[in-house]
Amino acid sequence: MSTGDRNPQLSNTGTMQIAWFETVRIASRPTVGGKGASLGELTHAGIRVPPGFVVTTHAFESSLAALDAAGAIRREIAALDGKDLDRITETARSIRERIESAPLPSPLQLAITEAHAKLCGGNALAPVAVRSSATSEDSAEASFAGQQETLLWVRGADAVLKALRSCWASLYSVESVSYRMRLTLEESRVAMGVVIQRMVDSRASGVMFTRSPTSGDPSVISIEGSWGLGSAIVSGEVTPDRFVVSKVTGEVVRRDLSEKLTEHLPAPCGQGIHAAAIPPERQSVSCLADSEITGLVDLAKRVELHYGAAQDIEWAVARDGAIYLLQSRPETVWSSRDVKPVAAPKANPFDHVLAALSGKTRS
Amino acid sequence: MAADTSKRPFPMPSEIEPVPGTEGWEDMYPYFTRVRPEDDQRFWFYNSMHFPEPMPAFDSVTAEVPYTAMGAYTTRVFAFPTALGIDYRIINGRVYITANAVSDPQEIERRLKVFQERAPHYFQNWNTLFDGWKQRMLKLIEHIDAIKVPELGDFDDASVVTEARGVATNHFVREAFHRTIEAFSTMWHHHFEFLMLGYGAYLVFFQFCKKAFPEIADQTVARMVAGIDVLMFRPDDELKRLAKLAVELGIDGNFVEGASPEKILSSMRKLGDKGARWLKELEKSRHPWFNIATGDGFYHHHRSWNDDLSVPFSALPRYVRLVKEGDKLERPTERLKVERGRITAEYRALLKTDEDRGAFDQMLALCHLVFPYVEDHKFYCEQWFTTRFFSKVREFGGLLARFGQIEESEDIFHLQHFEVDQALVDVMIAWAAGSQARGGPHWKPIIQRRKEILEKLKDWNAPAAIGPMPDSIEDPAVQMLWGITSETLNSWSRVPDAKDANEIRGYAASAGVVEGIARVLTSPNDIGQVREGDILVCAVTNPSWAPIFGKILAAVSDIGGTMSHAAIVAREYGMPAVVGTGQATKRIRTGQRVRVDGSRGVVTLLD
Repeated sequence: MSTGDRNPQLSNTGTMQIAWFETVRIASRPTVGGKGASLGELTHAGIRVPPGFVVTTHAFESSLAALDAAGAIRREIAALDGKDLDRITETARSIRERIESAPLPSPLQLAITEAHAKLCGGNALAPVAVRSSATSEDSAEASFAGQQETLLWVRGADAVLKALRSCWASLYSVESVSYRMRLTLEESRVAMGVVIQRMVDSRASGVMFTRSPTSGDPSVISIEGSWGLGSAIVSGEVTPDRFVVSKVTGEVVRRDLSEKLTEHLPAPCGQGIHAAAIPPERQSVSCLADSEITGLVDLAKRVELHYGAAQDIEWAVARDGAIYLLQSRPETVWSSRDVKPVAAPKANPFDHVLAALSGKTRS
Repeated sequence: MAADTSKRPFPMPSEIEPVPGTEGWEDMYPYFTRVRPEDDQRFWFYNSMHFPEPMPAFDSVTAEVPYTAMGAYTTRVFAFPTALGIDYRIINGRVYITANAVSDPQEIERRLKVFQERAPHYFQNWNTLFDGWKQRMLKLIEHIDAIKVPELGDFDDASVVTEARGVATNHFVREAFHRTIEAFSTMWHHHFEFLMLGYGAYLVFFQFCKKAFPEIADQTVARMVAGIDVLMFRPDDELKRLAKLAVELGIDGNFVEGASPEKILSSMRKLGDKGARWLKELEKSRHPWFNIATGDGFYHHHRSWNDDLSVPFSALPRYVRLVKEGDKLERPTERLKVERGRITAEYRALLKTDEDRGAFDQMLALCHLVFPYVEDHKFYCEQWFTTRFFSKVREFGGLLARFGQIEESEDIFHLQHFEVDQALVDVMIAWAAGSQARGGPHWKPIIQRRKEILEKLKDWNAPAAIGPMPDSIEDPAVQMLWGITSETLNSWSRVPDAKDANEIRGYAASAGVVEGIARVLTSPNDIGQVREGDILVCAVTNPSWAPIFGKILAAVSDIGGTMSHAAIVAREYGMPAVVGTGQATKRIRTGQRVRVDGSRGVVTLLD
């Protein structure tokens, strides 16, 4: 990904513990994680991303150092026997408890609280999302990221700090630890950025791919969406509506509406989200208007053009109709396949016809 | 087509029940069109695209002759390696067809050699040969117009004696009729001369696009292929020209909704120089551009605009009004060209390799080479020539009527052409013998009966396919021409579920979604009924309907694929269209509210 290298002076977040999206580029990935880097890169590119900042790996490192100056935690993990699941479970649990219960170093806590206040712009209880942003390699990220925490509709500075610690702690889930051991990843390099960004009160949300996930067709955008917050789709609790749209003509080539029974909404208690039943009159209605589909297609094309590679995008449509990008990462399944030509030129153009009608090239 | 006899979604040909009250319908058609027991071994589908109505006896010549010519080109002339010709049967008045394939690898190899020697000649010389083709067609049209149906007066013409011709005029009755049929056959041979090769060019491009872009809409591929300056739009352009001229000359007052052509023409004649000038321009437009049929040219009742001026004239009041409102009535040709260029360039840019781009360029260029023929031949063949052909046959009908064989000239279309032969010989004998032709008591009851039978056959719900269902449809020509794929077969054989009760599915021919009131046309001659803002629902459309596409919101047809006329015209006008539904005219009523989704190919009945 060379696009992020264009402004090295900007992408260098140095040893900053907090990096606003505006200052982050793809090249900042080692300190802000993949998610944070992409959100910063696209904010800079003029894509509408909910505003936010990243609590960098330096913050994680300083916090960990304050908690465990001698580096015992990492040694403990490194010393584990990969086959001893009981031991792993117990060690991981105790590390998580330590991380979750320990207060942050005061300067860091102050910096985050201030940044949070700035982000919330006067409404201290404005809902935010607190999302783990892994620093692992692209190929591993998909499976790795799934094991890490994302907390939605987090309100108030205290809740944010708690959510931040939960994200960090999720690095020491049994799954994460086992995974690292299996891949023999060096424990000293394990770190995490955490994205803190304004929450979109989504009327509808979902994912989209800038090529067909089923056929690999690079000429279509495949959109999946449902009512409410995107977590219902990502977790597989709802069968989304599916739209296949031509990048070239903008026509909706396929439109499969599903029966959508559940949506994720802000929890009535004011903190977090909950699953709610969708009333019958909205179940079979398309979650997207055609104008919104057009807006999403434009967004997808811009992001793909920006990166010069197929993308897998999470999006949301706010209740006021504004479209937001929540995440974008490179598509890996089809992009990693060998590109074989469909056909090659022939001596005479009509040789194509002769070949097709010869009975030899039937597929 | 491998057959799996365990699946029986379609009835066997031998199981088709006759329609009550149509006993003896078989006698309307030649023996070789009848179903025999061994036909149960093969899969047939109803060619509703070309033959949406039961065939009048004479009109079955429009199946007999084209299939004679088409098969000759694929089987014998070019020797297509895997495809022979088409067999057809007539069942309850409907034409069912099956495509004969070659499966023996050795035989394919043998044919391939011949094919490879012959087909390149046409591709390499396409434009030159097509120019020659047009000249031949114009000559053929002159030829059929020049055929004289002998009048057979009291005494033969004196010139028979003074020029010592040695042949009396009754000799020419049968001779002229045979020349008429032969000209029709010549036309159909010309028709297929380039056609299958042209479809081959489309086919490879479609197949390539579907491989490179598996989810591309057929209509989008069609848009890249389609030419923009094609003849099919010309007749409509002529009407627009005439409307503009009338406004320019200030003589547009006569063009009011519902005014008859006779009334308009007679008032024009009273308008002095200006009227005369308009009438002169009208004549220029009429020859040749009004030689366009109100149908696809497979039935005698598909008359041309020249035969029935009320069809083109019904479009004039609206065009006049639009001109006065400042509309230039120009087709957005430039915009369409730019848009086609953009779409093509963007898909090309999405291709991954130089090889792909090279192949794409070659295949597309070949499509653009063949497109003018594939599209324009219809005007020369099915439209212009065929309407002249039926008019000539009508003249023979006049002769038969004068000799008391039939009631009126139109009745000739209830006789097979083989029977017309007999009736004409009867006339020749009677004239020579100085006696009465004997056909009256023979033919009149037969014609009366056949009219009744045809009426009853109209109500028959013809199955889309009959015989053992094949595992797959591989014949590229079948896929391309009739839009029939294995998927289509499955949808035909599927029992409709509850969700389908208010949905009709067809081909997504032109994108967009619109709701409106349906106008169902059962006969092409009713197109004058179409009002502004209607959703047109019809069996099949053709080029002469172009003027009404300016009025309607969307088009739905029973028959046709993504390269059908309705589809091409709808895309041109940027309106939603669903074609090839198989059943729209049966399930939709005029006045019913419907939603047409031309992107998905679904029509929803809203009440």
